[in-house]
Amino acid sequence: MDIIEVKEIYKTYDKDSVPVHALNGISITFKEGEFAAIVGPSGSGKTTLLNIIGGLDEPTRGVVMINGVNITALSSRKKTQFRLENIGFVFQAYNLIPVMTAKENVEFIMFLQGKDKKEREKRTSELLEAVGLSERINSRPNKLSGGQQQRVAVARSLASKPKFVLADEPTANLDSKSTENLLEIMEQLNQKENTTFIFSTHDARVVNKARRVITIEDGRIISDITNR
Amino acid sequence: MVDYLKLAWRNIWRNKRRTLITIASIFFGVLLSSFMSSMQEGSYAQYITTIVNSYSGHLQIHKRGYWDDKVINNSMKFDGTLTSKIAKVKDITFYTPRLESYALASTDEFTKGVMVMGIDPETENDLTSISIKIKEGRYLEDHDGGVLLGSALAKFLKLSVNDTLVLLGQGYHGTSAAGKYTVKGIVKQPAPELDRLLVYMDIHTAQDLFSMQGMVTSVVIMVNDNDKVAPVKDKLEGLTGSEEEVMDWKEMNSLLLKQIESDRSSGNIMKGVLYMIITFGILSTIMMMMAERKKEFGVLIAVGMKKYKLIIMLVLEIVFIGMAGVITGIMGSIPLIYYYLHNPIPLTGQAGEMMLQMGFEPAMFFSMAPSIFYYQALIIFVFTILIGLYPVYNISRLKIMSAIRN
Repeated sequence: MDIIEVKEIYKTYDKDSVPVHALNGISITFKEGEFAAIVGPSGSGKTTLLNIIGGLDEPTRGVVMINGVNITALSSRKKTQFRLENIGFVFQAYNLIPVMTAKENVEFIMFLQGKDKKEREKRTSELLEAVGLSERINSRPNKLSGGQQQRVAVARSLASKPKFVLADEPTANLDSKSTENLLEIMEQLNQKENTTFIFSTHDARVVNKARRVITIEDGRIISDITNR
Repeated sequence: MVDYLKLAWRNIWRNKRRTLITIASIFFGVLLSSFMSSMQEGSYAQYITTIVNSYSGHLQIHKRGYWDDKVINNSMKFDGTLTSKIAKVKDITFYTPRLESYALASTDEFTKGVMVMGIDPETENDLTSISIKIKEGRYLEDHDGGVLLGSALAKFLKLSVNDTLVLLGQGYHGTSAAGKYTVKGIVKQPAPELDRLLVYMDIHTAQDLFSMQGMVTSVVIMVNDNDKVAPVKDKLEGLTGSEEEVMDWKEMNSLLLKQIESDRSSGNIMKGVLYMIITFGILSTIMMMMAERKKEFGVLIAVGMKKYKLIIMLVLEIVFIGMAGVITGIMGSIPLIYYYLHNPIPLTGQAGEMMLQMGFEPAMFFSMAPSIFYYQALIIFVFTILIGLYPVYNISRLKIMSAIRN
């Protein structure tokens, strides 16, 4: 079942009054439970595509349907609510809230959803255990290594039980051991919770783990390989 | 909400030094402003108390027109009719009649224009406590035939207790007023002007002098609570006829009140400048804080935090900083003001002289009225809310992608 449907997406930026075409009519779909990587050289448009799918950026033209909802037509306020309920994000720089502990960072998303404390605590301990951080739940981000912070970020992205997780260069700041560890965790969570994971990456280790690899160049899909 | 409060509280301590400096600026602002307000209000209260208790009382009844033209022909009957009307009004603690006029005071060698005040010795003493100001001789008794002189006047006329003073003047409706009186006591008036001018005598003696039996120029009334002045005035106006006028201390001391208002306005300008400094201090902290956390705000909105919730959190942070400064400022100012409440700052030199000439005690008095403190809290709260408009504006215009790329 397709959960994401990207139809004829164009994105043009104005850079010093010169139009830059970041995406040139991309159409693609993602199914539930996919573990996909979007690859391509810097400036190819992979992050822009991910941002548009996540409702963080507006396409110049085209439509993004998620579970039958045209998110490009939603108001900013509704889009925020839609993201909260349907999309998990993992950022390259982790972006955890520094004044919150690992547990609070994960719980915060569910707090925004209005879930009760008991449910929040249960889900948080499950997720932090799944990412191997049950011993560090009360540590603040500055007391965690880069790899540990990214694992907390993964747990946070799954806290709201999203339909899919968008991860923009999640391993770019990690060493190989942490990368391997993180990918293993994400793969397990993908299988266990059947959550779709879509990465934008340069990292060959991520590409090797992905079951589908979409290659973009100059804002166009030049290959889309599944079931590797 | 508790979670937002917790988060906001933690956020303000991300940069401890900056937050402490901001709180310290508010602390000193509140301390200074409370100190200034307390000194102003305490001194004003002292001026008013002095003037009410030493002369005007809370209310006065006169013949209509007397206040604008203080001549004895504008006097009124003081008999059972008026006293029974006054007695009907509750909350009046006491009243005292006066007969005021001017005369020439003479001795063998000197003559001087003086103010003659005929008083009821007992009730006047309840109001103005003249008896404790006697430095020589004794206080007047009912139907006392003698007089009390201000110490400067006695010195000028070279009179002492048991000497004789001659008073010459004009009585009621042009009659001549003349009399010879024994000096019973010398009074030290705090106001030099009054000390040089005032002659007290029993009201019956004064009525005899000015040929005004049963008449007075004013009846001074005290009530049991400042807040009761207006209702008591209304009741008295209802009871007295059109021939009499009832005036409260504000009407009788309008010049003093105008001076107080003008002084209060200058104080408010200074406090306004102080509050502006505090406001810009908080604003600069908030601006820095927001610039530093722009990326974080982008991330929070990206993961699903609604902008208005983010704004609530930021406004709470501003309120926390503001309130921390206000609370510590008030806590710091209470002992300081308490000390000066019991130890007024004495005024010396020209300032002290000036106060004495105006009849006031030469000191800066303080007030611990709760309004002085909650006024600070209210003002800082209003300013913090105004500063809160900055995050509202900033967050509402925040573009997620540009914030995340920040």
